[in-house]
Amino acid sequence: MNMPVAKSEISASIPSAPAAPAAAKVLALPLRQKAMNTRLRATLGKVAAAVIPPLAMIALLMIVWQVLCMRPGATLPAPTKIWSEARDLIVNPFFVNGPQDIGLGLRVLISLQRVAIGYGLAALFGIMLGTLIGQSVWAMRGLDPIFQVLRTISPLAWLPISLAAFRDSQPSAIFVIFITSIWPIIINTAVGIRNIPQDYRNVAAVLRLNPFEFFTKIMIPSAAPYIFTGLRIGIGLSWLAIVAAEMLTGGVGIGFFIWDAWNSSRLPDIFVALAYIGIVGFLLDRVVAGVASIVTRGTAAN
Amino acid sequence: MIPYCKIDHVDKSFKRGNTETLVLKDITLEVEKGEYVSIIGHSGCGKSTLLNIVAGLTPATNGGVILEGHEVNEPGPDRAVVFQNHSLLPWLTVYDNVRLAVDKVFGSKKSRADRDAWTLHNLNLVQMTHAKDKRPSEISGGMKQRVGLARALAMEPKILLLDEPFGALDALTRAHLQDTVMGLHQKLGNTVMMITHDVDEAVLLSDRIVMMTNGPEAQIGEILSVPLARPRKRLELVADASFLKCRQRVLEFLYERHQFVEAA
Repeated sequence: MNMPVAKSEISASIPSAPAAPAAAKVLALPLRQKAMNTRLRATLGKVAAAVIPPLAMIALLMIVWQVLCMRPGATLPAPTKIWSEARDLIVNPFFVNGPQDIGLGLRVLISLQRVAIGYGLAALFGIMLGTLIGQSVWAMRGLDPIFQVLRTISPLAWLPISLAAFRDSQPSAIFVIFITSIWPIIINTAVGIRNIPQDYRNVAAVLRLNPFEFFTKIMIPSAAPYIFTGLRIGIGLSWLAIVAAEMLTGGVGIGFFIWDAWNSSRLPDIFVALAYIGIVGFLLDRVVAGVASIVTRGTAAN
Repeated sequence: MIPYCKIDHVDKSFKRGNTETLVLKDITLEVEKGEYVSIIGHSGCGKSTLLNIVAGLTPATNGGVILEGHEVNEPGPDRAVVFQNHSLLPWLTVYDNVRLAVDKVFGSKKSRADRDAWTLHNLNLVQMTHAKDKRPSEISGGMKQRVGLARALAMEPKILLLDEPFGALDALTRAHLQDTVMGLHQKLGNTVMMITHDVDEAVLLSDRIVMMTNGPEAQIGEILSVPLARPRKRLELVADASFLKCRQRVLEFLYERHQFVEAA
């Protein structure tokens, strides 16, 4: 049955060849629209699949929390109590009611500023030291054991020493960030440099790249995936450390806010601050991961 | 008369602890300008080591290599290498991989526009202009080798070193690339030294075939001149008497007189 139909179509299209493009155009439009619709639907589906399960889970946890903490004698506040007592903190992150009474968003920004300085310095020196250790066998033998010991020291253990050295809380907090986040950056950079394939070294040798060109054109791009692994661990650790450091050094950061709230028995405020810290930490990790995926595009695949 | 390129009484030994293994023993070979020389031998005979010595990537234990009257003691763009596994930098595009070499070799001699033109010219020689903005991970194995070849040619080397350049390719792609290399050799007149383990490839492409004995202490067993006129046509040669005779000689050398022995 199909064969004769096909034949008649062909024979019909041959005499009316000039008209064919016009007919094709009319047909193409709804097709493209349909393709776009399905693509849009696919994207929406993906977003829903990523967003709905965690939202449902959060709702479920809230309900369990509410039920557990509504009983008389509960030591921790229920979500409804947090909402009624700490609403100003949740609703408006950027209010200013005085030098010590500011919104949590502003406090987070102040903490982030310290992290930016400490982490920025750690990234700079970490990549430099890691390159040195990765390149030179003697630097590795000399420095690696020392680093392996130093990196196990808790960030807060450094605080008294840095307070004694700097005699000020601001640089001390920055130093704690620095000393916490530098180790994974050094170690991962060194591994990345050590793992540069011999092929790339041969190419560099044949081209007679000088040390600076070798560093910028071969080393850094080749080790970039490793370096960014270190940077990602580093940003997580520095966000962990700043909160602890600020609890001890005071000031207006998010860490001190928690300590202050504890001392004045404002438990609901602490829960809100914890949510802020968690979300900001998550965003920091995403930002570094995003930068990594842009910078290392094409490096991993070979 | 001083030869264009001379490998002069080269020995190479590798030390591991107290044991020293002599891999290459007393290799002497002269290559004329514009000549296409293949080095063939069983795997493990040290032919890649020999190429690396000429490239300057591996130092010879005794003896040395002289190219146009100068001794080779470090790698350099005058002895461009096409590596077996292409060795393109994966974070650079095809164009940038070649451009890196062009910038390094001609950075002070050519203007920016000339270097751009020279890069594109070399990509065009290997018919890869269409993929100039792709990254190595986005192109096929044969294409990667083409780009590697373009990168090497762009350095205008005195001698082009090919380290089993077609080894990792399927038979059809390999044949296609062999034709490309043959055409470029004809057109540009490069001096080429190629490592291979493919008998047909050696006979098809070379002016002379250097056959190496089995290692350790590998030596040059025999050198065979291939008396075939260029340009050579793959299909016509299949039935050509002197092609078959050359092929026969190499096969006899490799499989009768110097049969492959499993390394202990």
